[in-house]
Amino acid sequence: MYTAIVFLPILGSLIAGLFGRLIGARASELVATGLLFVSAALSILAFNDVALLGHLGANGAPLKIAIAPWIHSGDFEADWKIRVDVLTVVMLVVVTGVSSLVHLYSMGYMHEDSHRPRFFSYLSFFTFAMLMLVTADNFLQMFFGWEGVGLASYLLIGFWYTRPSANAAAIKAFIVNRVGDFGFALGIFGVYYIFGTLDFDAVFHAAPGFVGKTMHFGSWNVDILTTLCLLLFVGAMGKSAQLGLHTWLPDAMDGPTPVSALIHAATMVTAGVFLVCRASPMFELSPTALAVVTFVGATTAFFAASAGLFQNDIKRVIAYSTCSQLGYMFAAAGVSAYGAAMFHLFTHAFFKALLFLGAGAVIHAVHHEQDMRKMGGLARAIPFTWAMMLIGNLALTGFGLPGLGIGTAGFYSKDGIINAAFSAGTPIGTYAFVLTLLAAAMTSFYSWRQFLMTFHGQYRGDKQQHLTHADADAHAHDEPLEHDAHHAPKLSEVHESPLAMLAPLAVLALGALLAGGLFHASFIGEAAGNFWQGAVAVAAGHTPNGIENVPVWVEFAPFVLTILGFAIAYYYYILRPELPAQMAAKRGLLYLFLYNKWYFDEIYDFLFVQPALRFGRFLWKFGDGTIIDGLGPDGIAARVLDTTRQTIRLQSGYVYHYAFAMLIGVMGLATWFTLGGYGAFAGLIAQLFKLVGI
Amino acid sequence: MSLFSDHLLSVVTFLPLIGAALILAIRGDVASIARTARWVALVTTIVDLAIAFLIWANFDGSTAAFQFVEQASWLGFGITYHMGVDGISVLFIVLTALLMPFCILASWNSIETRVAEYMIAFLLLETLMIGVFCALDLVLFYLFFEGGLIPMFIIIGVWGGKRRVYASFKFFLYTLLGSVLMLLAILAMYYTTGTTDIPTLIHTHFDPGMQNFLWLAFFASFAVKMPMWPVHTWLPDAHVEAPTAGSVILAGILLKMGGYGFLRFSLPMFASASEVFTPLVFALSIMAIVYTSFVALAQEDVKKLIAYSSVAHMGFVTMGIFTLTHQGVEGGIYQMLSHGIVSAALFLCVGVIYDRMHTRDISAYGGLVNRMPIYAACFMVFTLANVGLPGTGGFVGEFLTMLGAFKVNTWVAIFSATGVILSAAYMLYLYWRVVFGALVKPSLQAIQDLSLREVAILAPLVVITIWMGVYPKPIFDVTSVSVANLIQQHKIALAIDHAPKLAQTNVAARNGEGLR
Repeated sequence: MYTAIVFLPILGSLIAGLFGRLIGARASELVATGLLFVSAALSILAFNDVALLGHLGANGAPLKIAIAPWIHSGDFEADWKIRVDVLTVVMLVVVTGVSSLVHLYSMGYMHEDSHRPRFFSYLSFFTFAMLMLVTADNFLQMFFGWEGVGLASYLLIGFWYTRPSANAAAIKAFIVNRVGDFGFALGIFGVYYIFGTLDFDAVFHAAPGFVGKTMHFGSWNVDILTTLCLLLFVGAMGKSAQLGLHTWLPDAMDGPTPVSALIHAATMVTAGVFLVCRASPMFELSPTALAVVTFVGATTAFFAASAGLFQNDIKRVIAYSTCSQLGYMFAAAGVSAYGAAMFHLFTHAFFKALLFLGAGAVIHAVHHEQDMRKMGGLARAIPFTWAMMLIGNLALTGFGLPGLGIGTAGFYSKDGIINAAFSAGTPIGTYAFVLTLLAAAMTSFYSWRQFLMTFHGQYRGDKQQHLTHADADAHAHDEPLEHDAHHAPKLSEVHESPLAMLAPLAVLALGALLAGGLFHASFIGEAAGNFWQGAVAVAAGHTPNGIENVPVWVEFAPFVLTILGFAIAYYYYILRPELPAQMAAKRGLLYLFLYNKWYFDEIYDFLFVQPALRFGRFLWKFGDGTIIDGLGPDGIAARVLDTTRQTIRLQSGYVYHYAFAMLIGVMGLATWFTLGGYGAFAGLIAQLFKLVGI
Repeated sequence: MSLFSDHLLSVVTFLPLIGAALILAIRGDVASIARTARWVALVTTIVDLAIAFLIWANFDGSTAAFQFVEQASWLGFGITYHMGVDGISVLFIVLTALLMPFCILASWNSIETRVAEYMIAFLLLETLMIGVFCALDLVLFYLFFEGGLIPMFIIIGVWGGKRRVYASFKFFLYTLLGSVLMLLAILAMYYTTGTTDIPTLIHTHFDPGMQNFLWLAFFASFAVKMPMWPVHTWLPDAHVEAPTAGSVILAGILLKMGGYGFLRFSLPMFASASEVFTPLVFALSIMAIVYTSFVALAQEDVKKLIAYSSVAHMGFVTMGIFTLTHQGVEGGIYQMLSHGIVSAALFLCVGVIYDRMHTRDISAYGGLVNRMPIYAACFMVFTLANVGLPGTGGFVGEFLTMLGAFKVNTWVAIFSATGVILSAAYMLYLYWRVVFGALVKPSLQAIQDLSLREVAILAPLVVITIWMGVYPKPIFDVTSVSVANLIQQHKIALAIDHAPKLAQTNVAARNGEGLR
């Protein structure tokens, strides 16, 4: 069964990719989508079996299914293997569930595109790589899936390859991820160096023996476990777009919207969180590494929320929101609340996919317009989409009634994280608590701002709006060039999307509403230990004492701040809609700083991108050209030519010149012989004879 | 039949010469000679490939001893015709034989002048290259090793591009300079031991002081062949001017001879010297990886870019070999094999568009995917393999070499791992400029996708590339024991070199007896 879950998607991918032209676009779509639904159905069975009924190996050991040997070199061994434990099945449900819905949605969303087989092939390939990642039994197979999803992301961001911005975004995503993978790879080398194996069980089993020991890394003696965890975490930062390595994620919105929902919201970007949870037995042993994880996570949650405040592109707002929510998950993992991290990952997959797909429906409805300043008042035209987005935003902002303990999915999971940070009782926990609270307020503001700008107020699509210069680059179109001559539709022309697109929205909305209430007891409740069955490890003393039992003010704080965020958004975008434009026109320093995403892109371009190209040119022209060739072959050739020209002068053609030279030569030889040079000469000849064996 | 099966290595080595002789015997007008010559060459190389596969199939991976050994008296004075393969060399024979038919096919239409001579040059080259990996006698090895220069020199010089004369001389002088030093070292070894038999020399212990000189002399030759930084500048020029098939052989096989030389001579014969010079090799390897990756980033010529990327990838090989760990050495071998396939395929891909547009300028292309989707897909696979994506052949070798490096020196691993980022940058940047984008250049509007012949060339290479990334077991089965033995022998030799003086003199005495 597990083999089928993992390999059905790659089968679909190959059929759609290799035979797409032969069997036609429709058939490719149906095959790929059908196979994924089978895979998803099996995953739900697996979830039920493993997570809810607790069917695992003896003593709760993970199930392992060997597929084939992979790399065996000396004492190094890494095999293709499927590992099934609770962590795996949670991810299986998330990945195949969202992926199958996105496949279905894409059949509607992409129906005008002439490259549908290729699109579905990529989508299914992505799903396969992601499944390989989450079912890996060793770090190397995980790395395979890790890079595989990176490749799929690269291909799908650049799906509309005629657009320069899509290509640039695709390359950026791949290379920034590679920077993270640089750390991940070093981490893997280090793990092998220390433990002599890459198998999870063996490594985690041996890890406690290395607490407090040091190794040589670079020129320093460093703590083994802290170093390894931090190196792995660099990989997680790249994949999950954490502060510093986040710049690719907003740009990735150049890809088709279903891709954003699947890869850049629900699944791939959560791989980093999954990695930290998977390696929790190692992270637990290094308080320093855990503190770094929380610090980076909380800071990202705050930073990304602030950058999302004033974006005008509907997808970019959600992208920054994703970045910020991933920060929440890391913050939770860093205070040892892995259950809360995975729970938020689980619920976030539902409501963020819902938001993206809903945004896709909006974009579809207004003829591929993504600028929210050209929307407004769409609620009446597309009421179903409005309702779906409303549910998505309620879940994202974590709406619920704290006194009664009922609410949307985000209410349980996000408040779970904030409570966990508070209960950690460490300085870094408090830091995370404050920042995630502030981020919750900002989340509420940008979410409702986006919602109100899109669905309420006056419809602005038919008015020509003056876009300031700074907005030109943010104004991306979610469509290939050939459709670029879009016209802004009249409000009466704005239409609801086809059923294939709306049905997945409904399913996800159900999840966004109910997933929290149904599962919070399992994931983070008192009995969570029984649920996880050892899939995540929490060291003794690290257990936050009772996530559920926090002071009342902590429980109510997110609620109040969320309402506050909503109120501000309502004031600025419904009651006084002229104010934001005035603020933008004033271009205050803080506004520009936030609008330009803290200037990360500009700084990186200045520090890395341009110098790398210049440095390459310099090494090529000066290093290879002037120095090596100049002093080497070309220089020698030139000197030889010079010498030859000098030598040619000696051939004057006059007999007396030659006679004179001969005379000097004879005199020289005679002198040498008479002074005893002959002996040395004879010795040399004798040596030569000896050499050839005479 | 036993004559055949007892002399498999001689057959696989010299069979191409028979094909060459057949081509020489063809009579008729120019067009018919050309046609027949192509077919003769193709059939010869395919039969040779079949024999190479036969050797692989019959190879016993459970022993590190030389197999398929042939020995006959030759020049006298202890110099014999001695052939044999072990787990380190046998796959290079398969690689060589495998690439040859693709070379002939790739030259099918693009070579129009002196076709018969061209095919003869290639067949001769095949004999010499396979001979390098079979030879178990230093003199025989040297003949094959240096002989290979001549057909390559001619291929670049006659069928090359505009600056072919400059490129071929640069190629020749560089490699010859290294070879002269190696010849001196061979003479010195013969003078000391009285034999040029490689298996005997492997078990001979040279004085550590002498080892250093011998090591350096061999190093000069192998480093140029590799090529290692800073003696790499001949490679981009040679690649740029060589015809497609010439580049394929250059990148696919000739570059591997340096790495093979390190494994066959430097490590087992000069154990302590290898240890002494390891920091030097590491430094040069890292320079190769980082420096040439940056240079590749700035290239404007497709072939030059891939040439520089080859230098960077060979940096991983030298680094891996000199980690003297099982993973490093085996990874180095794997990297050579996979790079042999991938770089060859990349040059074939460049050849496809060069045949159509007759330019190598990256700026002359753009948006090819719009008219050439199959080509774009193949090129993508090889690009990713060159980037070292897991699941492609390029990953396994790179990963193992870095794994080995981490064990020995973390700085080396850290620096070499930056190559992983840089390779992604220059390859994807190249792919973007050539394949992606809108098709706007008027000259490209009518460009055709792959022909059936071109699909037949690239499709098998795609399959091999992915197979090598997913299921490398058949290759490790061959190399594993020989590599383990190499490491083991190196350790033993090192122990003797480091042993007190007394043991040294005993060894010297034994060597002296061997001479008489």
